[in-house]
Amino acid sequence: MANIDIRRVTKSYGKDEVIHGVDLTVNNGEFVVILGPSGCGKSTLLRMIAGLEDISGGEISIAGTVVNDLEPRQRGCAMVFQNYALYPHMTVAENIGYALKVAGMKKPERLDKVRAVAKSVGLEEFMDRKPGQLSGGQRQRVAMARAIIREPKVFLFDEPLSNLDAKLRVQMRHEIRRIHNRIKATSVFVTHDQHEGMTLADRMVIMNKGTIDQVGTPEEVYNRPATVYVAGFIGSPAMNFLSGQISAEQGAILLADDSRIEISGAQARTHVGALVQLGLRPEDMTLCAPGAGHLTGTFDFYEELGSAGLYHLMIEDVPFTVLSSAKPRFQHGDPVGVLADLSKLHVFRAQDGVRIDMDASVTRQMEPAE
Amino acid sequence: MSSRGKDMRRAYFKNNWIAALVVAPQLLIIFVFFYWPTSQALYWAFTFEQPWGGGNEWAGFENFRMILTDGRYWDSIRVSIVYAAGATVLSMGMALILAVFADRQLRGYKYYRIGAIWPYAVAAPAVGLAFRFIFNPSAGIMSYVNAAFPGFWDPILNGDHALLMVIIAGAWKQVAYNFIFFLAGLQSIPRSLIEAGAMDGATVLRRMRDIQLPLLAPTFFFVLVINITDSFTDSFGIVDTMTAGGPARATNLMVYKIYVDGFQGLDYSGAAAQSIILMFLVIALTVIQFRYIERKVHYT
Amino acid sequence: MTQADLPLAAAAGSAEARAVNPPRKPRMPGLVENTPVLNILTHVILLTGMIILLFPMYLVFNAATLSLQEVNAQPAHLLPGDQFWNNIQEAWVTRDFGQKFVNSLIVALGVVTGKIFIACITAFGLVFFDHRLRMPIFWMVFITLMLPLEVRIVPTYAVAANALQPFQMIMDWTGISWLIQTVSGIEVALEWNMLNSYTGLIVPLIATATGTFLYRQFFLTIPDELVEAAKMDGAGPLRFLVEILVPLSRTNIAALATIMFVYSWNQYLWPLLIVTDPSYGVVAVELGKLVPDTNSTGGAIPNWHIAMAGTLIVTVPPVIVVIFMQRWFVRGLINTDK
Repeated sequence: MANIDIRRVTKSYGKDEVIHGVDLTVNNGEFVVILGPSGCGKSTLLRMIAGLEDISGGEISIAGTVVNDLEPRQRGCAMVFQNYALYPHMTVAENIGYALKVAGMKKPERLDKVRAVAKSVGLEEFMDRKPGQLSGGQRQRVAMARAIIREPKVFLFDEPLSNLDAKLRVQMRHEIRRIHNRIKATSVFVTHDQHEGMTLADRMVIMNKGTIDQVGTPEEVYNRPATVYVAGFIGSPAMNFLSGQISAEQGAILLADDSRIEISGAQARTHVGALVQLGLRPEDMTLCAPGAGHLTGTFDFYEELGSAGLYHLMIEDVPFTVLSSAKPRFQHGDPVGVLADLSKLHVFRAQDGVRIDMDASVTRQMEPAE
Repeated sequence: MSSRGKDMRRAYFKNNWIAALVVAPQLLIIFVFFYWPTSQALYWAFTFEQPWGGGNEWAGFENFRMILTDGRYWDSIRVSIVYAAGATVLSMGMALILAVFADRQLRGYKYYRIGAIWPYAVAAPAVGLAFRFIFNPSAGIMSYVNAAFPGFWDPILNGDHALLMVIIAGAWKQVAYNFIFFLAGLQSIPRSLIEAGAMDGATVLRRMRDIQLPLLAPTFFFVLVINITDSFTDSFGIVDTMTAGGPARATNLMVYKIYVDGFQGLDYSGAAAQSIILMFLVIALTVIQFRYIERKVHYT
Repeated sequence: MTQADLPLAAAAGSAEARAVNPPRKPRMPGLVENTPVLNILTHVILLTGMIILLFPMYLVFNAATLSLQEVNAQPAHLLPGDQFWNNIQEAWVTRDFGQKFVNSLIVALGVVTGKIFIACITAFGLVFFDHRLRMPIFWMVFITLMLPLEVRIVPTYAVAANALQPFQMIMDWTGISWLIQTVSGIEVALEWNMLNSYTGLIVPLIATATGTFLYRQFFLTIPDELVEAAKMDGAGPLRFLVEILVPLSRTNIAALATIMFVYSWNQYLWPLLIVTDPSYGVVAVELGKLVPDTNSTGGAIPNWHIAMAGTLIVTVPPVIVVIFMQRWFVRGLINTDK
């Protein structure tokens, strides 16, 4: 077991820098999920840890050893690939035991270990099958077993669940978490699926265009997103954003529709005149009569989600959603009032998207413009 | 990452000395048996041999001038063109008809297919000898014809007959190759197009003409170029066993003339100059073939 | 029905890909409508074609069953006689086709093995390593396609007479020979005569641009992740080649082996040139000698029955290979030539 230290790591393809000086520490036994959209550099970062990509700048160390110049097999990492990368011509048992065979382990000993590991992931009946004869979930298990058997210092997962159907994905997610709880190997898991990230991670790393926007527990990332990017990326249905400006003399944020939201004097003075993005999650608001809440919009359409309904409104041409379990009925074009839980208001500087911490207790009611 | 070409991979091994080791054998062989002889051919083509050995004397284009002013060389070119045209038209025509109808996949398709493919396996000298026997004026089935009309058919003495015989043998051998490519080409046409044609009211024959044959054009062109190229080089075995270039050089194809001039006439410079000319022909055809294939139509 | 046997042009998919995607549904015969008249016409056309292609071989077989008198009789006998085994035996024993047949087998198997091996390792070096010489080497191999043996006959023969001649000449030009002679007193005279040897019959033929391309194409379909998984499992390049690529390329090997067997068994010009010692002769060349005088029927009555028996002996092995390995043969042919 080992911790991973990533120091000022960059990656360039020719002149193209795709990872811009990333710092990250993964603690011993921790399960870290790197989350981001495709092309954000998350897989590249993982593959640099594995030794499958050269490190252009900076340093990666595993268990205190700088691994920049080590071959993949010398780094003590095991990896589960997105498409599993099983050897099509080898049986399940041969696939699982291949690393041990390469390492020169004697056959009887190897077979014992293969059998034990296969049993632990529920594959003992399929030992003599070829990958082509397995279902997606079974292949996924083989890929897991192949990683587990090596007792690696570090487990790396490169979007391992994305080729599975939705139901199986949830099931395998639980299985991975269970395995992690049992063997407690330091794990880095890359995905673009926020549900996967939220449910699996001890800590999450949100990447955006080759940099890390935020590192934190799923709860922190959800409740206190560090940037407008993280705020928009995490949470489903997605957070709503409205533009505004902090006005010093009024001690408030003015919105485009002339409604205003009062904030503490200290905060207003620090960021006086700043253009901001207000973020409100659909579940942190309720619907009310027009004029009774903080905001007023017109009803556009309704989406049934089962336990609740998602109301699509337009506020000054900006699409806006509110989650409501009361499920009131509206006609298209009806004016609707929105009451927000201001303790859950997120404010970001428009210029760089960085969070401005508001003291929720001093934030008073927004008043309707008229 | 995505900007890399499709023939590049992301994952490489780094021990380049192993790379050197594994490509070395092939490089060594092609150097010794391809590039070196080719450079020698160039050297001989542009020099005169000294009668008593020693260094060759620079000749410029003299060897080429001699070749190109030799009527016999032009005869050889003419014969080669007739052979190429005749064998190509015969074999491609027959292969196309067989492939289009075999592609209907009626009962017996499997047997028709193998029946059209197996001749490809027959060695050129075997084809040559077989057809030499078949067209023999006094022993084969042509003896029937000659019995009825004495002197009607005699490839041993009549140059035109001999050339026709060589063309038929060459075409017979080539049908299988062309058939394989035509059939594969036809089968790569999406079935939905044929069905769309049927929905539009086109009959089977109409669909062959309006849909399948036009879509087969790229394959057709590819096969055409390959046939011409092969007729310049692969014809050696057939000519050598059937006529040895005779009678009176009536079947003296370019490739056969190189062999005769080089090994029987011991005229290395002349043979080398002819080799260079033939080589340029082959290179030109190959370039056309590959340039065209790059732009080849890809069905959905 | 049977359509899966004839693969489409791009059929060299990886085993991995095939494992994921089930093979394409075979195309159904008979197409869309019922056309009895056209169906009969189709059969007539196809049967005519079959007869045109098969009849010559029937005549060969027929002649091989006749006696000397019968085969030269006028009008010709069109029905088989009873001399088949005698004629085959005559060709096999008296004309020494037995020994030549063994030589042909040795040469064909040698060429097939050599070609597959060299194609595999060259493509491996070109696909799985990132070095600057990759494209130049690819082109060097590619260009050999444009240099068929027929157009470089004479100088290639000269090289076969001394395969080390190129190196000797290069050393002479560059002065290395002189240097060695001056320093060590040894005169550099490299010589390796390949005429009349199995090496000479095999080695020059095992360079293979088409085989290298086929392998290269196949290797390019190997997913990157498989390479990476092997790296993670600790396998080096040679181990990856032997334990993963070679087993995965069995289809490729079968396809290449079939076309290359036919190719090398049917070699005529090269053995004709470099073999003068009959004990290294191959059947294809021996055939040409069965009817001695090439420009006339000669003074003696030609032994057509023996010649045709010999033709059958030469023809049967590759035809059997093509018929029984049809699927691989067609795949190999189409994929190497495109």
